[in-house]
Amino acid sequence: MYTQALNARDTEAGAVEDADRVAAFQARVDAEEKIEPNDWMPEGYRKTLVRQISQHAHSEIVGMLPEGNWISRAPTLKRKAALLAKVQDEGGHGLYLYSAAETLGVSREELTEQLLSGKAKYSSIFNYPTLTWADIGAIGWLVDGAAIMNQIPLCRCSFGPYSRAMIRVCKEESFHQRQGYELLLEMVRSSEEQKEMVQDALNRWWWPSLMMFGPSDTDSQHSAQSMAWKIKRFTNDELRQKFVDATVPQAHYLGLTIPDDKLSFNEATGHWEFGEIDWDEFMRVIAGNGPCNRERLAARKKAHADGAWVREAALAYSRKRADRREAARHAAE
Amino acid sequence: MTEKTTPLWEVFIRSRTGMAHRHCGSVHAADAEMALQAARDVYTRRGEGLSIWVVPSSEIIASDPAQKDELFEPTASKIYRHPTFYEIPEEVGNM
Ligand SMILES: [Fe+2]
Ligand SMILES: [Fe+2]
Repeated sequence: MYTQALNARDTEAGAVEDADRVAAFQARVDAEEKIEPNDWMPEGYRKTLVRQISQHAHSEIVGMLPEGNWISRAPTLKRKAALLAKVQDEGGHGLYLYSAAETLGVSREELTEQLLSGKAKYSSIFNYPTLTWADIGAIGWLVDGAAIMNQIPLCRCSFGPYSRAMIRVCKEESFHQRQGYELLLEMVRSSEEQKEMVQDALNRWWWPSLMMFGPSDTDSQHSAQSMAWKIKRFTNDELRQKFVDATVPQAHYLGLTIPDDKLSFNEATGHWEFGEIDWDEFMRVIAGNGPCNRERLAARKKAHADGAWVREAALAYSRKRADRREAARHAAE
Repeated sequence: MTEKTTPLWEVFIRSRTGMAHRHCGSVHAADAEMALQAARDVYTRRGEGLSIWVVPSSEIIASDPAQKDELFEPTASKIYRHPTFYEIPEEVGNM
């Protein structure tokens, strides 16, 4: 998902920790107690969360770029207002999540530096280009739809600040998905050409959306520990299946064809079965070689550099005012 | 203030239901005024609040989770602090 690149294991640190404390911690997690920032926690739990929450935050922030690309070209004022509000929400999601990560003892500056240096990952989905207006609808419907599938169980995550951030985020996501789907519905009903644009957008966004859930369970060594810590509640494949089951009928309602000739409904299980994901493409994009990786990082670096004087000026101004207050106090004494 | 990093502020919001101000997250800002503006943008995009407090995070004094038992455990045994501890005959009516 937004944290799909969690590859390395951090659990080794647990080996040197006091077994009693680790057991007491696990008992609290098992009892569904929330873990708060000042509580004792295993180092692996802390590291996993810092990485997961910050990757999630980076994804929200980088995710503003492909959609921001269309704000000035939205076809109507209504659509422009909606898109602007949605992109602003994504910025807000990034900020809620950075705050949650910071409670674990990492600074905002460190997190920003990890993103800009390329050390930290973000969701592979945002490395694909938004070529037409239909892509904006497809992102709301599919990308936010996939994000919702992932984020709803995260509302019950064992770490309090992450869980609370996710509750806020989930309240706002529904609008994101609905505005996207409504936009597509309007397009498919308008003309044959517009319907073709929507089909083309689905063709390009379908597989990358399925990749958002991360590697298949057989290749995801992280799942077991994260499930035991109740950071994760469902495996990647379980969430992916939920998403496919929910989304295929929605595509059919739009009169669209899912670009997968292996797709079929299994009457016995009640699930949609689908073809194999191109994992080479997934690995390529995660490794930094997707269609837009360089462009996205360059845009973030430029924004950060362009804003440097604002941050400096704001700090200098607050120092100047503090000094003046101090001087006035001395004069009055 | 000589720090190079932008200070952190805790944000408290009173919702329109007339509840007490409630902690909802934090923001980074150079000063109090910018912290209030950032808090408004980040935490009240859908009419969630009618009033905002921001407090420098460094000014929050928190109890130690390790002392949880000695601080809060003693109240568990004081059941006579609850109304249900006292028997009032039914004929007396609601009390
Ligand atoms: Fe979001
Ligand atoms: Fe969203």
